[in-house]
Formats: sequence, C-alpha cells, structure tokens
Amino acid sequence: MALELLEGNVAFAEAAIRAGCQAYFGYPITPQTEALEHMAWRMPELGRVFVQAESEVAAINMVYGAACAGVRVMTSSSSPGVSLMMEGLSYIAGSEVPVVLVDVMRGGPGLGNIAPSQGDYNQIVKGGGHGDYRPIVLAPATVQEMIDLTVEAFDLAEKYRCIVIVLADGSLGQMMEPAELPPMRPVRKTEERPSWALTGALGRPPNVISSIYIDPVLEEKFNHVLMEKQKRIEASEVRFREQGLEDAEVAVVAFGTAGRVSQSAVKAAREEGIKVGLLRPISLFPYPYERVERLADEVRSILVVEMNGGQMVEDVRLAVKGRVPVSFYGRMGGMMPLPDEVLEEIRKIHKTLGQAG
Amino acid sequence: MAEGRIVVDDVLCKGCGLCITVCPKDVIRLQMGELTPKGYHPARLEDPEGECTGCAICSVICPDGAITVYRWVAAPEKMPAAG
Amino acid sequence: MRAEGAQVESAIYTRPESLRPVHTHYCPGCTHGIAHRLIAEVIDEMGIRESTVGIAPVGCSVFAYNYFNFDFAEAAHGRAPAMATGLKRVSPDKIVFTYQGDGDLAAIGMAEIMHVAGRGENITTVFINNAIYGMTSGQMAPTTLPGQRTTSTPLGRDVEMHGFPLRMCEILSQMDGAAYIVRRSLHDVANIRKAKKALRQAFEVQRQGLGFSMVELLSSCPTNWGIQPEKALDWIEEHMIPAFPLGDYKVHPAIAGKKPEGT
Repeated sequence: MALELLEGNVAFAEAAIRAGCQAYFGYPITPQTEALEHMAWRMPELGRVFVQAESEVAAINMVYGAACAGVRVMTSSSSPGVSLMMEGLSYIAGSEVPVVLVDVMRGGPGLGNIAPSQGDYNQIVKGGGHGDYRPIVLAPATVQEMIDLTVEAFDLAEKYRCIVIVLADGSLGQMMEPAELPPMRPVRKTEERPSWALTGALGRPPNVISSIYIDPVLEEKFNHVLMEKQKRIEASEVRFREQGLEDAEVAVVAFGTAGRVSQSAVKAAREEGIKVGLLRPISLFPYPYERVERLADEVRSILVVEMNGGQMVEDVRLAVKGRVPVSFYGRMGGMMPLPDEVLEEIRKIHKTLGQAG
Repeated sequence: MAEGRIVVDDVLCKGCGLCITVCPKDVIRLQMGELTPKGYHPARLEDPEGECTGCAICSVICPDGAITVYRWVAAPEKMPAAG
Repeated sequence: MRAEGAQVESAIYTRPESLRPVHTHYCPGCTHGIAHRLIAEVIDEMGIRESTVGIAPVGCSVFAYNYFNFDFAEAAHGRAPAMATGLKRVSPDKIVFTYQGDGDLAAIGMAEIMHVAGRGENITTVFINNAIYGMTSGQMAPTTLPGQRTTSTPLGRDVEMHGFPLRMCEILSQMDGAAYIVRRSLHDVANIRKAKKALRQAFEVQRQGLGFSMVELLSSCPTNWGIQPEKALDWIEEHMIPAFPLGDYKVHPAIAGKKPEGT
C-alpha cells in the first residue's frame, strides 16, 4: 500500500480498523480525540460498532462487554481518562478477555495540560489497575510504529488473552508523517468467535466470565495462571531497537518521543566524535532487561532520557545492577526535551569519562 | 384423596416459612425435628385430610423454587396413532 | 378433593430450567430468589435460554451467574449497563439483561443507567429495590426512606444530612429512549404474578427492538431490616409502596394494551 500523510491519532484508529477491530467505545479527551472522531464516521460506514460513551468509566466497561462477546474491540484515551479506566482494566485482566487500549499521554498529574508527556509510565507499565497483572505495553516513536504496533496489539491481545496498551504521547498523536496502512481485514465471523465467549448457551454448557475467586485458594491458583502467562510473554515478546551501540562508550536509553529526540542528539554527538549509541525499548512490558544488562557490560555510562520525573530509569537501574553509572535527564509537565539538551547531557558524561580515563 | 400435593426439595428449602403464610388450606408446616443438609428446618406438606388443591400459590412465593406442585387432572386425549 | 374424571397426576409447577438446581446463598425469605425464579420462568416460556446473556452486579446478587443456567458476565459495581451496551451492540441477536440492586443502579451506576436509557439501548434491566445495601451489611442506599435506620443512618435517615430517596422509574421514564419503565412489587402472590407479567413484557420489548426496558421490583431485605421474612413483605406494602408507587411509568405504544404471545 502507498505512503500517505497521516496524523498519529487517525493512523492508529485506521490501523485498528484494518486489523479487524469490530467495536470502538470512547470518550473525547485531548490530545487523542481525533481517533474517536475518525472512528465515529468510519465504524458506521463499515457497519461496525461505535459508541461515544458517557465517560471513560462507561467506555472501558462497554469494551469489557464487547470483549466478552468475543470480538476485537478497543478504546483510546489520555492520562486522566485512562485513570478512570483502571477499575475496568483490572476487571478485564482478571477475566482474561483480550482488549486493546491506546493511551496518548499528556502533562499531569491531575488535569495537567494537553501537551505531550511520558508521565504515566509507572501507571501503565506496572499494571495500573489494582491486583497482580501486567498488560503488554508497546511504545511507538513514529506514526508508522503507531500503525504497526496497534495492529500487532490485537494479535498479541488474542494470543495471550490479555490487555495490550499502545503507550504514546500527545506529540505522536498530533504529528503528521508519511506512513503506510495495512490492507483491510474483515471482522471476525460470528460463528468464529472463541469458544469461551458469551455467544449464548446453544448446544453447550453456559459460559461465565468473571474475575471473582471468592476462595483465596482458588484466587491464588488464578494468580499463578496470570504469572505463568507473564513468564511466557517475557520469554517471547521483548522488542527494542538499537543504533550505534557496537562501539559505544555511552548508551542513551529512551522510549517513544524521548527516544526519537535522543536519536537526533546521538547523531549530533557522533558527529562530534563521541562514541554514543541509543537503545530504544519498544516493549515496556516485557521490558528488555536482558539487553540492558548486557549493555552494562558494553558501555561505561548510561543516560536515560524521559518526559517525566524518572520512571523508566528505575527499570534501567534494576537491570544495570550498579555496574555502570546511570544518569537521568527528564522534562516534565508537557515540556519536550530538545536534541540540544540531550546532546549537552551526553557531552557532560563524555567529559566525565574522559577525566576518569 | 387430595386433589394436589407438593414436594419440597431439601437442598433448596431454607425454611423461610413464606409458603406457609400464603397456603390457603394451611397444609404446610416447618419440620422442627428435621434439618436439611444446609441446617434449615424444611417445609413439608402435612395434609392428613387431603385438602391440598394443587393451587401452586406456595410455589409462586417460594424464593428458592424448592416446591414442585402436582395436581390430579383429567387424562389428556389419546395421541393419534403413529403412521 | 379430587374432581371426578381426574385420572392423572400432573406436575403443574416445576422449577424453571433456566435456574440451576443449586442452593443459593441468599438469606431465607429474601425476594432475590423470587425475582430470579420469575426471570428464569419468563426466559423458559419465551424459549430464549440459549440466546440470553445476563450481567451480574456487585451486591448480594454478585453470584447470580452461579444460579442462572445461561451465559453470564460479572460487571464492576454499577457498570452492568455499560457492559450490556458493549455486548448487545456486537451481538444484537442476543437477549441481554442486567440485574442490579439499588446501590449498583442508583448510586455508583447512576451515569450508566441514565445513559443506557438515554441511548435507548435494546437491553432490559431488572432493578431490585430493597432500600438498603444488603451485601455490605445494611448501609443507606439511594432508595432508603427518610427516617429509616441503617448502619450508616443509625438515628434514621435525616434528609437534612443525607438527602432524599431517588425514584428511578420516575426519572428514567422521562427519557425518549426508554420504552418500558414499570414498578412492581414482590410482597404478595398477586403482586408477584404482576411482576412476572411485567418481566415478560420487558423482555418482549427487547425482542421487538423497541428500546430500553426496566422493571423495578420492590423487594425485601429481612436480615438488614431486622425483621422476619413475612413481616418484611408487609413492610414493603406499608412503607415502600407509598414512597415508590407501583405502576407503568412509560409504555411504548407498540406494546401498550397488548398481551405477549402465549400469555
């Protein structure tokens, strides 16, 4: 298919449609409302389901209901709206129904602002809702990745019967870039809905979808089921990109837009003769701990760049285990770090290493 | 002979007594000397005079669907012969 | 006495197939059991067991899915109408109903129930109003009566401090999307029979795609009201009916004055 100039929000919405998403339930919230609006005219056009819910609370529960019926379903929102969805997400995780969520992060906490941020890493990557569960979290850095990862999200959600969250930020949602959409995939036929779905107890015993295990013995057994699932995900679904790490002395670790900004800084630093590379995690759960741990053997210093007060840096430190210094540079509140700022941090580290010999 | 009778399921009956309050013939009693597997005193038909009419009012109020109601009725018309 | 010519003993009432043959955890004399039984009887009579999906609330009836013999989902507190919306929209041929108590529907779930009626969603809600929070042991509900003692209104509900009860049928009947909004009671046999007819109508409204249907059922909570089951039924009649008048608050013209097939 051809390249088209696409806005991030429209791109992920259309990508979901191409992936056979049958229902979208959402609520307007900046900076992702364009996705809802795109769904509002495309879904009815294709005979699929669209409802603008009365709140994000209602939206996630509509998603839960449709997921119980065995169809591909998604919602999208931004930080404050996603906070409202946490109860629903916990129920969805506890019921093992597949769901895709796109979170276009903005400045916070509270109402914050509508500018881009990565301030919800901890909330999203460490679970979000109550209880022991981890969604798969994928972090795009380009409009093309918004498309590709959204399509993959549906496949992963069904493969593992879990939540997959595409974690973007306001700049990715709003930016326009050339990108390619996949071909259209039809929605699942009714007769092909999974056997566990609530399709009516015709010729089979009734299905019950619930997250209740009132007996702690059974709840623990179920929690182990979720833990086993997590292990399988950790073993198979790690994704990252790296650039210039073959001979690097310094590594920058950054995801999403911060990763993209860092890419420009790393390029500029190379032109100044600094041996620096970039590791850009794409899966935040499962986190590429093993790659970061190896990185600590390869480089002499690691710089983590984020659009928050320091959240992913804790995962980096966990993997590095103190073997090399890990420093952090972050901008918060919707402020975007600029390549020059990151370049300055790289220079500082380079200088320190030079002094250390 | 009674026109009707009821059978109360032991597993389901909780001895709430609502059936007793509505029976027009007053032929249901809680069995205070008996316990269901769940520890309730079950309701049972006590109808020595054969007064139960099978009105099924007890089954309308039973919160546990524990009551099956029987009634003697005219025999159904013979089914037409097969073939 | 047996009539002349009565030759065969027939089972004229047996437990509905849409109820599993299991003991329920509801208190002895709790009207949840009556409501469950009526729903199951209606579903059996309409022959829709294999295409019905129920959504259970949070409250005493949280385990309703263990008692009904068809597909069921568990909703978060108050969210059943939203779940039902999602499910019905992608499975429009299924009969989808929510079963909710007064806290689930009129407190935490107020937004969801208002909007499912506002959207005219083709689902049915069975609203069990017993003027108290049962599962959590007897706190005030949005439908608790002024002066009524609960564990969170130990001196009786004081309207100055705690406001007034909400009348959901009256509120929801204002919605254009609502097709059948009625209030019935489970306090005696005559009213239980009327309640069953209303439930049948509500499911017919859904089957005919006429919009949102709700049957509010005045119910008892003997345990948390602190009175015997039969006295609790009297309490419904004496105290709840004056506050929550029985009646038809909205009836879609397509079914007004008509009896469902086979009734």
